Amino acid sequence: MSIEVRNLKKRFGDYVALGDVNLRVETGELVALLGPSGAGKTTLLRVIGGLDHADSGEVFFHGQETTDRALREREVGFVFQHYALFRHMTVFENVAFGLRVRPKTTRPTEASIKDRVMRLLDLVHLGGLSTRFPSQLSGGQRQRVALARALAVEPKVLLLDEPFGSLDAKVRQELRRWLRRLHDELHTTSVFVTHDQEEAMEVADRVVIMNKGEIEQIGTPEEVYFGPKSAFVYNFLGNVNLFQGRVEGGRAYLGSVSLPLPDASPAKGDSATIYVRPHLLDLADQPNGLDHFRAKVEHIHPTGSTVKVELTAEWGEPFQVEISHERYRALALRRGMETFVTLRNESLFVETTPGDGMMFGEGI
Amino acid sequence: MSGARSRETTEPAWVRRLLIGGALAYLALFLFVPIGAVFAEALKKGIPAYLAAFRDPYTLKAFLLTILVTVLAVPLNVLFGIAAAWAITKFRFRGKNLLITLIDLPFSVSPVISGLIFVLLFGNQGLLGPWLQEREIRIIFALPGIVLATIFVTFPFVARELIALMQTQGSEEEEAALSLGANGWQTFWRVTLPNIRWGLLYGAILATSRAIGEFGAVSVVSGHIRGKTNTVPLHIEILYNEYNFVGAFAIASLLVLTALLTLGVKTVVQRRARAEQDRLGSAAPEQTP
Repeated sequence: MSIEVRNLKKRFGDYVALGDVNLRVETGELVALLGPSGAGKTTLLRVIGGLDHADSGEVFFHGQETTDRALREREVGFVFQHYALFRHMTVFENVAFGLRVRPKTTRPTEASIKDRVMRLLDLVHLGGLSTRFPSQLSGGQRQRVALARALAVEPKVLLLDEPFGSLDAKVRQELRRWLRRLHDELHTTSVFVTHDQEEAMEVADRVVIMNKGEIEQIGTPEEVYFGPKSAFVYNFLGNVNLFQGRVEGGRAYLGSVSLPLPDASPAKGDSATIYVRPHLLDLADQPNGLDHFRAKVEHIHPTGSTVKVELTAEWGEPFQVEISHERYRALALRRGMETFVTLRNESLFVETTPGDGMMFGEGI
Repeated sequence: MSGARSRETTEPAWVRRLLIGGALAYLALFLFVPIGAVFAEALKKGIPAYLAAFRDPYTLKAFLLTILVTVLAVPLNVLFGIAAAWAITKFRFRGKNLLITLIDLPFSVSPVISGLIFVLLFGNQGLLGPWLQEREIRIIFALPGIVLATIFVTFPFVARELIALMQTQGSEEEEAALSLGANGWQTFWRVTLPNIRWGLLYGAILATSRAIGEFGAVSVVSGHIRGKTNTVPLHIEILYNEYNFVGAFAIASLLVLTALLTLGVKTVVQRRARAEQDRLGSAAPEQTP
């Protein structure tokens, strides 16, 4: 079932939770709502699910308006960040709940309830734990019970609010891959909220990036990562260095380095903020013919899959570079060393600030 | 929770003895001695005289009235308490804080004033007095007034207990139930009530013991008509004023026993509630982010 929201607006007092949100989710899609806390993503999810009401705007399920339809009639499966399992019921009873509360005429028989619940518990790999209480389970197990419970009523739409938000990093990674596989099996239209860009990129078909109650950009993970439409998106989707530079004649200038501007970037403006990801910068121990600027090595973090080097540019701005271990060894980098920084122009982002640069202060 | 404590965090023996001794002496002076005195006075003329006090028909009627009032007031306050706690914890609305404050009002107002409010409202000279007189409805100096006054002084118990409990539990479980297709009634019976049952019972026990023992508010509205509007505490006062000490203290001793019984039940309920909390815990994650 497809979901569409039109012109959703919601305020809590002076705080704008949803500015004017329009979104379409196609049947069978898995979409992530991504943004920092306070971006309005949970509010949007709750409005879609009918747990909250917008001040104005409409929600359509499969082209039919459902704005005023009650929560229990929406056929929505909701998974909460803190699981919201019924603590006085066993795992089995938690999953069976949605079937047991049906009116007599549509309620399955006890045998088919049992059958369906056990099948769901097998699906989430919890078949052996049906008689446990929620408090006897780990966080990851609880979240899988919550998912099985939501799936038991065969929802047309599955909504997940920070489903892995309160789990530790390792369980998180496992569960999100598992969620992706599960979605590939079931194809239930799903929307999940997360503030973790890695999670959104890894799991979702499309990512909706939100900020301050507005949608900044919608696209596949590749589209938003390689074609960010705003500085916010570029900034939010990964580590980034901010440089104060200039824009002139279709090129961006960073110290003595000049770069052709990416297509989407603005062409004119005196000063500009240039956003560059750390892995798009390269270091050399001597000038190699390419445009470069000088920088001094301040710190080296050699643990991890890449080496992270912190430097200070010749004009005093601190920044970070990510290079491979081979490169690190070849350069024989050490603290205090003078290096030459070159830039690859793919995927950098330039924001011009006409005049004196009102948007970004000098200190950045 | 561990019994072993390091020397650094333990006070010297004399300080411990002084504190424990002080607390015990205080308890003895203000609790054990009076309770002992009640039984001593009641049994002064022997057990037959003690038992005879309960055979007085007015005493019997006072007991029946107190039981009737309690049976009416406590269930009503359980209903009100659930409704108020539900409204306060599950919805956002204007005047919520005012409502929370008002629920506590009976605790901060002197019981005599509480009674007086009803006299001013329903008494012959009261606001609604003439209207009630025309229709020959008696509230003051009759059962309805006593029940009203008792409800008034006992209504915070259940509501307060539940508000605190339901606030910490949040409403996610209810939202989950609704999203799974349960209606409001099913959500209440299957999800909310099992989660609050011990708190509810605890509040009801406190309300019951207060309803049985209430003196001030009931005294103002009752009119002290023997055999008709005399509750047990009022009856004790009358017997005492008539120098029937054995009778007064005999009945008082029964109230003391009721209080001790309530205390016992309360402790059991508290212990079971805690045991269940340990067993079921909260279904929320171990560490909140």
